Amino acid sequence: MAHMTLSHVGKVYDDGTRAVTDLSIEIEDGEFLVFVGPSGCGKTTALRMVAGLETITEGEVMIGDRVVNNVPPRDRDVAMVFQSYALYPHLTVRDNIGFGLQLRKMPKPELTKRVEEAAAVLGLSEYLDRKPRNLSGGQRQRVAMGRAIVRQPQAFLMDEPLSNLDAKLRVQMRAEIGRLQRDLKVTTIYVTHDQTEAMTLGHRVAVMKKGVLQQIAAPQDLYDHPDNLFVAGFIGSPAMNFVTGTLVRDDAGAYSVQIGNENITCPASVLAARPALASHVGKPLIVGIRPEDVEDASLVSGHEGRTLSGVAELVEPLGSDLMVHLSTDAPAAASDDMAELGKEIAPVGPLAERTIIVARFSPRSGVQLGKPVTMALDTERLHFFEPTSGMAVWDT
Amino acid sequence: MTVANSDIVTGTINRGFAARVVARTSGGALRIFLIVVALLWLLPTFGLLIESLRDPSQYANGGWWYAIIHPAQLTFGNYSQLLQNHTMSSGFFNTVKITVPATLLVVLIGSAAGYAFAWMEFPGRDWIFLLVVGLLVIPIQIALIPVVKLYSAMGISGSIISVIMFHVGFGLPFAIFLLRNYFAGIPRDLMEAARMDGASEGRIFFRIILPLGMPAIASLGIFQFLWVWNDLLVALVFSNSASQPLTVALASQTRQFGSSIDILAPGAFLSLIVPLAVFLGFQRFFVQGVMAGSVK
Repeated sequence: MAHMTLSHVGKVYDDGTRAVTDLSIEIEDGEFLVFVGPSGCGKTTALRMVAGLETITEGEVMIGDRVVNNVPPRDRDVAMVFQSYALYPHLTVRDNIGFGLQLRKMPKPELTKRVEEAAAVLGLSEYLDRKPRNLSGGQRQRVAMGRAIVRQPQAFLMDEPLSNLDAKLRVQMRAEIGRLQRDLKVTTIYVTHDQTEAMTLGHRVAVMKKGVLQQIAAPQDLYDHPDNLFVAGFIGSPAMNFVTGTLVRDDAGAYSVQIGNENITCPASVLAARPALASHVGKPLIVGIRPEDVEDASLVSGHEGRTLSGVAELVEPLGSDLMVHLSTDAPAAASDDMAELGKEIAPVGPLAERTIIVARFSPRSGVQLGKPVTMALDTERLHFFEPTSGMAVWDT
Repeated sequence: MTVANSDIVTGTINRGFAARVVARTSGGALRIFLIVVALLWLLPTFGLLIESLRDPSQYANGGWWYAIIHPAQLTFGNYSQLLQNHTMSSGFFNTVKITVPATLLVVLIGSAAGYAFAWMEFPGRDWIFLLVVGLLVIPIQIALIPVVKLYSAMGISGSIISVIMFHVGFGLPFAIFLLRNYFAGIPRDLMEAARMDGASEGRIFFRIILPLGMPAIASLGIFQFLWVWNDLLVALVFSNSASQPLTVALASQTRQFGSSIDILAPGAFLSLIVPLAVFLGFQRFFVQGVMAGSVK
């Protein structure tokens, strides 16, 4: 078990492609750190540099107190779980798990003991003599985990280990990985594109975009205080809604946000939390609204001054909630980050013209498809971003 | 295994009567056709076997099929004669002495080179590989005379070593080409996993690549074995009377006025049965799907 340090780490491939830029992170001993980001954001490259499978072109990686830039993977004492599991197809589960120990010339009795213990922890005891092809996806995943834990390495590196499992198994294995890490207390770097995995597993989550670290924080912190538009839009499902508004200050000194034709009152607490807002009066801002902070106004009392109107375009009853897609006249927000986030979810068809706000309504809401709806916003929980830089407006 | 079976379509597809008749019969008809072809293909070999078992005095009475009608003619006399024939028996052992090393060396060097070309990083790797593949187009006949000169300068002409070296040299380009391409298809993750597990390049080669490359290595081994075993041209050029293999010894039995069938037939059958045994011995390595369950 060891702490790890990445300082100013960068990766440029031979063809000049830059995958990671100036990545600096301190990972504490026993910490579970998750790298998350869309595909091509450099998270896997960063992990592979720690593993030693990619050369480090800039900066320094330290495992414990040792700089490992030029140490081959086998001498770094870290174990990796691959997205594809990478099980040796010609070896039994027993030999797959024990392979690393065999190479280290561990005496047979101890090796057998360690392999059987690891197998017991993962519920693989009865499959020890099977070949990988005779295992289910979940079992293969466990074997891959077993291969990592049996070595008792300084750190675990996991590269999207759950992405090949079906949804139900993924939830189950996710919990299991979390439990294993808590029990073993091994420093872990975990790479995923799934923000649910990131939020549920990580002690801290590092959000990356195009090779650059955007923000690193505890999951709830990341959710409540995103540093920029990208993090705000990436973390949370359904994603945060963004509209363009203008901050207005009336004669009495009260602040409000003008969104389209509607005026949303800004409570004093918001300004207290974001003192820098005051300097944005009269300027356009991107307003971020989480779906759960939008409710059907007919279910809320005292919603004056914090409503938007829209038309229900899609109603998805989830049992616990109603997921409602509402089209509004509010001006849409546009920025590079939006484009980056929207690549996979760009709206199409006639609705592309109107701004869509996704809201998580109470199931008691009588919202009907195609009918106008008044939405009440939780103004305490609005997010504000500077449109050109995409940075959240806080205290500077 | 966790993939649900829901994407398997059940139920019958409504096809026309003619289509159904074709579907029913084509499998059977095809099978019968293949069996007939296989039998025709085997006929000369079978004839050779029978001929090798006939008493030479009966040859004038008719072809080998007479022996089927009169099985009493069959005898192992030709085979015991053959074993006492020094030219033939030493030819047989020379063939073994040439074929086994020429096959093993090609497989060993070829797989090591194939691994290096597929998975190791070194400058000029792809260019050197292209050069090796380019060697495939050089016909053996062009090299015969220069190599004869080279061998006599080295003082090894006529030796078994010289024949082996020639076979290895001309076997390697294909071996490297075949194995490099097969090894390149082994998922990179496996090598990386082994590296993380603490394996050196050598360990990866022996513990991962060789076992997983077995289908390709076995096919290569059989090709090379058959090629060297059946070779006449190279042996004719490079061997002398002491080092000549069975093919040369057999060829020397054919004469302008008739041939010694009583020696040729059992000799030829013997030279045929060994590669067959090798093939049958290795065929279990041709099992498909050895990679199943490895990744994903």
